[in-house]
Amino acid sequence: MERQAAYLRNALFDQGYLDEQFLQLEDLQDETNPHFVEEVVKLFYTDSVRLIQSIELTLKNTPRDFEKLDKIMHQFKGSSTSIGAKKVKKECTQFQEYCNVGNVEGCIREFQEVKQEHAALKRKLENYFQVFHVVHVACKRSSLSHLHNDYSDAK
Amino acid sequence: MNLGVNSMSVTTSSASWKSGDAVSDQFPAGLRVLVVDDDPTCLRILEKMLRNCRYEVTTCGRAEVALKLLRDNKDGFDVVISDVHMPDMDGFKLLERVGLEMDLPVIMMSADDSKSVVMKGVTHGACDYLIKPVRMEALKNIWQHVVRKKKNEWKEKDAEQSGSVEEGDRQQKPTDDVDYSSSANEGNWRNSRKRKEEEDDGDDKDDSSTLKKPRVVWSVELHQQFVTAVNQLGIDKAVPKKILELMNVPGLTRENVASHLQKYRLYLRRLSGQPQNGLGNSFLGPQDSGFGSISSLNGLDLQAYASSGQIPAQSLASIQAAALGRVTNKSGISVPIVDQHNIFSFDNPNMRFLDGQQHHSNGKQVNLLHGIPTNMDSKQLAALHQSGQPFGNTLMNVHSQSGQSNSLLTQMVQPQSRTQMLNEVGGNPVLNFPSSVGQPGLSQPIPGSVFSRFGMDNNVRPLTYKSLSQPTSVVEFSRSQGMELSGNSIPLTSNSGIPSYTSKGTTLQEEVNSEIKGSRGFLPNFDAFNELSQNRTDTWDLQNVGSTFETPQHSNVQSRLDVPPSVLVQPAFASDHRNGHLRTTSVNKAAFSTATSLGNGTNFGQQLTPSHADSSLRIKTERLPDMGFQNSLFPDQLGQDDLMSTLLKQQQDGLAPVENEFGFDEYQLDNLPV
Repeated sequence: MERQAAYLRNALFDQGYLDEQFLQLEDLQDETNPHFVEEVVKLFYTDSVRLIQSIELTLKNTPRDFEKLDKIMHQFKGSSTSIGAKKVKKECTQFQEYCNVGNVEGCIREFQEVKQEHAALKRKLENYFQVFHVVHVACKRSSLSHLHNDYSDAK
Repeated sequence: MNLGVNSMSVTTSSASWKSGDAVSDQFPAGLRVLVVDDDPTCLRILEKMLRNCRYEVTTCGRAEVALKLLRDNKDGFDVVISDVHMPDMDGFKLLERVGLEMDLPVIMMSADDSKSVVMKGVTHGACDYLIKPVRMEALKNIWQHVVRKKKNEWKEKDAEQSGSVEEGDRQQKPTDDVDYSSSANEGNWRNSRKRKEEEDDGDDKDDSSTLKKPRVVWSVELHQQFVTAVNQLGIDKAVPKKILELMNVPGLTRENVASHLQKYRLYLRRLSGQPQNGLGNSFLGPQDSGFGSISSLNGLDLQAYASSGQIPAQSLASIQAAALGRVTNKSGISVPIVDQHNIFSFDNPNMRFLDGQQHHSNGKQVNLLHGIPTNMDSKQLAALHQSGQPFGNTLMNVHSQSGQSNSLLTQMVQPQSRTQMLNEVGGNPVLNFPSSVGQPGLSQPIPGSVFSRFGMDNNVRPLTYKSLSQPTSVVEFSRSQGMELSGNSIPLTSNSGIPSYTSKGTTLQEEVNSEIKGSRGFLPNFDAFNELSQNRTDTWDLQNVGSTFETPQHSNVQSRLDVPPSVLVQPAFASDHRNGHLRTTSVNKAAFSTATSLGNGTNFGQQLTPSHADSSLRIKTERLPDMGFQNSLFPDQLGQDDLMSTLLKQQQDGLAPVENEFGFDEYQLDNLPV
């Protein structure tokens, strides 16, 4: 199980879904905050929903307000960057470029890409955390059982 | 315990706030940080990182809430970290407010690493600028900004105290100048810092009396009151004591008034007939737009400028007078101290420039100095000066030329986008740098943006500073001018300055060496930025010294010399250009300013990581004809020499033969670190 967790994690990096920033998050995780990374990722996904919705809405209004789109996307990109969402970030940048030149079609298309990557990463991370949880709990249990055994032995 | 933990509600604006009991005994552990960011994800991450650094963290999702927190707990925080793009309030606005009201070091951060934004940060007075995603290492060192700021405050305090003794004396003598400068510096710094937010004047005044730092912010309002009081009494009969009584401002001391009066008198003399008030008023007006940024920059007397409007003349005069006296002071102070100090020193030299410039009416763009006639210009200059430093004058001059935007730079003195800048800059050089931005050194150079504005050269290439701290205003300066203030590159020091910027991370030294030709001067400073700012300062000082020396030597060069200082200073640089004439007199100043600017430059440099050495460096290279001897003077300062020479060259183009008058020699001796 542990190996599976490690495998999943490494795959995320190898496949370019995550970058070094994710490592920074992992570094922040410790005994006092054993699920810090997951917590942050959850935070991101919760918050990013409203940003995505905002972009959807703005994209529907005509004439397209590119400045606003760029602004929202900038926020979204910043958020994604902070969790190390590499592919998502890339698509965001692309989207912003389309905004800069006022390419509506490009924006709409690119936005779909952004959403796709965003969703894909979410699935993968959820998967990873599930495994991670199991491993984590197992670790705790095993350490606890050790204590228990010692105790009973001592008796 | 962290209260903050609970409030971390990322989405809400709640912020746990800590009582101000946290002491900095176990410094840096326990440093009280306030983080403001509308992105809950980032906020959470930052909070965790800071906690891991053993800092005490309070988080906030909205700027308004943050301000409230800060206001309610005046001494509850040591440093503020804020995002640039926030929905309810622009990060820079928050930056200004915090600088004005609470005078805390503020670190900006953003995923945006474009030069312009970073520059904006610098000009608005940010101590540092972090690029997102923020790494743990970057946060570990933020305590240095707090220390630096405190250090500067103490220095100001001392200066003010010693300066106040001499109140009431006309400064014609160097001694007076010295005092004047010191007290002026303090006042100036403060003023410039606060200038931006005039509305907060009230707070400032009160705060100044209660704060441990005895700085007085000569806000527009305050200055108006001062002027009214003086006019009532009659300029000849106005004595500090009476003025103080008339003004009836709580917390204002006689010393503050006396030093301000000195400046004002100089200014009036300088105007020689120009309607002071008019200038002042107009000055203020245009300034706001431009200055705003600058003032925050350095905490310089921007306010003083703005408020007095007239200051330009005054400052010039005082600067000149003080220049001699000051120069010595400045040099001492300039480098090590927080940017502000540097700025201050620059001012003096700049002042000289300004004077010169004014006489000279450069047809060229800037004539800021000349500017006095142009009300706007002079005002701007004045504003510039103020903001930049006590010297302010020089800046002002420069500014006027460049226009409002320059004012921001005040330090940068971009004023003349063209080559003039170099020449003119001479005046400003001093000013510019100090801007190190009023705020506590931005020690972290902003990776991306560099102030390219300075564009010392005619090309006016915008220097890109990588200054983290305050990218904003600097950039603006050069822009208006067209000239690029090589702000970044204070040619003097870092010859390679400009180029070095790009290297960003290179230490000042490296820059200097590489630059030597480029007179980029600035770059070194910027690099330092990356590294410990302290280191930079040292480098800078040296450089400054070097530069100053050089100036005296060349009479022609003088013009250039001016430039160097300006270059360093940034805005001052611009003035050099313009000042062709200034140079002569200001050469000394320039030298001085350069030196100081160098010093400042380092500070500045530290903050900024010049990424592009562009224009500023150019100036140096172009000009430096005389630099030759300079080099001999200061071998280690080669960079500076180049700067100088570049500056000089540039100046030469635009300037008329400069006369070295004044105390340049004097300055040299004093300033030389030898």
